[in-house]
Amino acid sequence: MSNNTPLSRTHFVAPLDETPLVAVDKVSVNAKPSNLYRDAWRDMRGRPLFYIAGAIALLAIVVAAVPSWFTNIDPQFCNLDFSNDPSSGGHILGYTKQGCDVYARIIFGTRTSLSVGLLVTLIVTVLGVIIGALSGFYGRWVDAVLSRISDIFFAIPYILAAVVIMSVVAREARSILVLSLAIGLFAWPSTARVLRGQILSVKNSDYVTSATALGVSPFRVLLRHVLPNSIAPVIVITTIGFAGAIVAEATLSFLGIGLPSEVMSWGKDISEAQGDLRNNPMTLIWPSIALSVTVLSFILLGEVVRDALDPKARARR
Amino acid sequence: MVWYILRRLLQVIPVFFGATLLIYFMVFALPGDPIAALAGDRGLNPAVADALRVRYHLDQPFIVQYLIFVGGIFVGDFGTAFSGQPVSEILAATFPVTLRLALLAVAIEAVAGIFIGLVSGLRKGKLFDSSALVVSLILISVPIFVTAFVAQYIFGIRLGIARTTVGIGAPWEDLILPAFVLATVSFAYIVRLTRASVIENLNEDFVRTATAKGLSRRRVIRVHILRNSMIPVVTYIGTDFGLLMVGATVTEGIFNVPGVGRTLYQAIIRSEAPTVVSFVTVMVIIYLVANLLVDVLYGFLDPRIRYVK
Repeated sequence: MSNNTPLSRTHFVAPLDETPLVAVDKVSVNAKPSNLYRDAWRDMRGRPLFYIAGAIALLAIVVAAVPSWFTNIDPQFCNLDFSNDPSSGGHILGYTKQGCDVYARIIFGTRTSLSVGLLVTLIVTVLGVIIGALSGFYGRWVDAVLSRISDIFFAIPYILAAVVIMSVVAREARSILVLSLAIGLFAWPSTARVLRGQILSVKNSDYVTSATALGVSPFRVLLRHVLPNSIAPVIVITTIGFAGAIVAEATLSFLGIGLPSEVMSWGKDISEAQGDLRNNPMTLIWPSIALSVTVLSFILLGEVVRDALDPKARARR
Repeated sequence: MVWYILRRLLQVIPVFFGATLLIYFMVFALPGDPIAALAGDRGLNPAVADALRVRYHLDQPFIVQYLIFVGGIFVGDFGTAFSGQPVSEILAATFPVTLRLALLAVAIEAVAGIFIGLVSGLRKGKLFDSSALVVSLILISVPIFVTAFVAQYIFGIRLGIARTTVGIGAPWEDLILPAFVLATVSFAYIVRLTRASVIENLNEDFVRTATAKGLSRRRVIRVHILRNSMIPVVTYIGTDFGLLMVGATVTEGIFNVPGVGRTLYQAIIRSEAPTVVSFVTVMVIIYLVANLLVDVLYGFLDPRIRYVK
């Protein structure tokens, strides 16, 4: 850390004209002890980027939760009379090739993107944390077996794995859950690896040894002492992974192997607009902007969280 | 060095068998019939479906299917694509194009990324640095198919300085625009990675020593900072092949580049599941081999890596 941290924050230095007793009184016993997460939270609240990215992400979440607040046009109602028409009263972003309202489709597509993002993140975090924690903490054959398994899953880029799964799976079985599983089942190894590495460096700390010496069971040591002290990088990777999942969903929908036709998705809308790139580019650009801005907001949040949790990253900015 | 290469090879073998087995197991275990998917809603003539099942060995038990496939790989037989053409023949025709596209993209992202990352790191907090940071974050956030369409629209349709689709034989000049698109995402990561390690190296003792010896700033930067900052970048380019593969599938599909990626792209669009499976498997193998090569190269570049455990 830099030199601008006042010395008094770490050590109380009594002024020369004070008696030691007064000095001791000044040290508040009730003051909350600071920890990594509290420091990180204070750091984040001081950054404008946190508010900008947070506001966009929050807006996306609200749109996904109650799309009807933002439009009263039925996104499924399409009239070929309006095919590729420019914007007109009430239809601010114009019409798609099928004559549907572009704005309404973007609003209703938000829920798809965020649902897949959330589900994939859940799957990846649960699998990654369990596997990473077990292999880092228990070591030996547990680690050997789990690490080989995660090497194998890591060898297949997760979008390609999802492409195989979604190509083979029966068309009528396609759903948000199946799509999320297809992405998540191959995306967990990076989380597991990061956590494993972190646990390896934490598990020989003195506080872990003393907890073990006090007779705390290994599983409890893992849960109460090791995990809370090694989870920070996982939080960062999870935020950025959320953005990655949204991109993966859009890519698969773009390739036509995402969700069933009645589910609205930005990727699908972009794919359908590609034939009209020459004469009506904006139908493609609007959903692209919605997609990119949402992804950007979660990536920025990940950046802010990383800077806050990692003092080294803080020094770099 | 020989031991290092041997050890890496031994590590790759189980991963290779595991990954291919996993793909085959998924195809086998998932609900849904890859042959039925070919015909859409109307269904196939049973005789045709049976003939296709025999062609793709789908009538055999799962483990036999897998062994036929793995046995085939070692004699250069990757199965048959839906068009009836052997996959190995398609590969022979398409792989050189993809390789050229990938090399061009890696060259662009490495040269531009390292240069901009270096300047950013040296001018930390200045205007150049903040603009590079903003641009790289935007490039990371925009999915590759959006970048591809935007590039097609701006350079192909609006400005008319590039062709929106690649011509026969995929001449180098047609590959430039797709290569730039393919390079964007990794370019942003390389900028950030280089910047971070330049900033860390700037505070290292060996840089201070080099400056104290009276070396010119130019030489300190080139020999002491840049060279040491390249190590994580080389590793990144190695692990980046996965991203590159997915990117190539989308980019080649959109720009109609006659490479491996477009073959996979078209098989996906036409829901030809057996072809998708063989080409994804091929890509996974390419990915493993590329990673192995980078690791070996890395062992040559950085002697420390050879002696670790």
